[in-house]
Amino acid sequence: MTEFVYLYRGYELPASPEEMQKKTAKWMTWLKDLSDKGHVKSLGEPLQPGGKVVKGTKKQVIDGPYAEAKDVVGGYSIILARDIEQAVAFSLGCPIFEDSGSVEIRPIAQMELGNGY
Amino acid sequence: MDIEEHFFRHEFGRIVATLTGLFGVRNLALAEDVTQDAFCRAMETWKLRGLPKNPSAWLMATARNRALDILRRERTARVSEPELARFLESEWTLAPTVEEAFSAYAVNDSQLRMMFSCCHPHLSEEAQIALILHILCGFNVKEIAQAFVSSHAAIEKRITRAKKILAESTKLFDLADADFSSRLSSVLQALYLLFNEGYHGSSPEAAVRMELCQEAIRLMNLLIEQPALVTPQSYALAALMCLNAARLPTRLDGSGNLVSFFEQDRSLWDHTLIAEGQALLNLSASGTEVTKYHIEAAIASMHTSAARSEDTDWKQIVSLYDMLMAIHPSPVIALNRAIAIAQLDGPERGLQEIRVIHDLHRLSSYPFYPATLGELELRRGNYPVAKAHFSTALSLARNPMERNFLQRLIDTCKES
Repeated sequence: MTEFVYLYRGYELPASPEEMQKKTAKWMTWLKDLSDKGHVKSLGEPLQPGGKVVKGTKKQVIDGPYAEAKDVVGGYSIILARDIEQAVAFSLGCPIFEDSGSVEIRPIAQMELGNGY
Repeated sequence: MDIEEHFFRHEFGRIVATLTGLFGVRNLALAEDVTQDAFCRAMETWKLRGLPKNPSAWLMATARNRALDILRRERTARVSEPELARFLESEWTLAPTVEEAFSAYAVNDSQLRMMFSCCHPHLSEEAQIALILHILCGFNVKEIAQAFVSSHAAIEKRITRAKKILAESTKLFDLADADFSSRLSSVLQALYLLFNEGYHGSSPEAAVRMELCQEAIRLMNLLIEQPALVTPQSYALAALMCLNAARLPTRLDGSGNLVSFFEQDRSLWDHTLIAEGQALLNLSASGTEVTKYHIEAAIASMHTSAARSEDTDWKQIVSLYDMLMAIHPSPVIALNRAIAIAQLDGPERGLQEIRVIHDLHRLSSYPFYPATLGELELRRGNYPVAKAHFSTALSLARNPMERNFLQRLIDTCKES
């Protein structure tokens, strides 16, 4: 099993509590199913749209992220899949697509040890 | 502000069971604390702003929000039910999981699972009942001590020990567990004893403890509302409770004195409950097993279906007692059987039957044993003998109602 990070982009925060409840229920169903099948390492967390970005050698602090709404990361999860094809297949049930959002699927990189020299 | 007397008591079990479902059994104390806290907040807020439209929903929402706070603050498996932990640790799933636990279905399910957990095989029947009353019926230690004529310290010890055993379980009893049917027998026995304690209680203050009967019925209803869990014996016990509860209003007169069964005003019996009990009794008539609940309910139904005391089918009742003695012999049942025989064949036959009761000595402190002897002698016209028996009964009486009842019988003997 390989670990993959799902980065959800274009997650829209619902306006009313009722819509919120409906939407959370959908995410719950999807993630629970994946988790019950043993394919979730960490459910991860949803993220608020705003925040700060600290960047560059000058460590400049700006309000961000200043990408377009559909490109802002709205949350993440870490899943377990045989290979990237399976990780893609698992993502197809994600409720993010109802918001016309996207799931970016990235295998976790293993940092190799130095060779001792 | 005006809320029903037992409002908090009834809400207590619902909330504690639900929170225990979220926090896990080992965190029962936390669930109890959060419930108490929700009650305190309710009292404070309602005093200032008046009663909300739906007090029960208000309390539930307060407890739910408090649970959410705690789970967020802790963010560790320490305060989570093991199977839910993974969903309680992420914001993707935390709120909907808590929401789900507070849904009407889940609240009832948690109460049922708690009820089965309380009937842990390592606990005595007394401890099981004390635990049910404490956790699911919101009775405090003092109230339980009163209900069971026991000391505060003894009950407190019993409950503390019982909770410790409960907290050793990893989760609330799973209703799909292979042990379900054996655990169900313990649950039914506990509810049966709880009901009986209320119905012919040995309390020093009251001959009838209506609230114990009501709690037993409330918990019984939780069980029979879930079709997948219902067995014929559960229906039989529910029928027995309804048919007996229907007669509760006439067991005491206006001044709280016990009324002899034969003098009760049958028009005051609760006919809705009788109909309900009869329907449940019909539902119980399936399967191959005939339990004591079936037979006792059938006997109760013989009484409730007789319009007048004289119309009672005593022959049928005697044969039901014969069946009961065959599967579940006890001196109290033998005594009741003898009373039925006396109704059928006269007081001499009744007295004969009493004389041959096995283990008669076990009735030596039961006031209704000498009271029955007195009653039968009274019918034979042996007033001095009757009076002596009633006096013995009086010395064994457990509360003022029993004492008044027996004193009146002694006075009848004197007058005659």
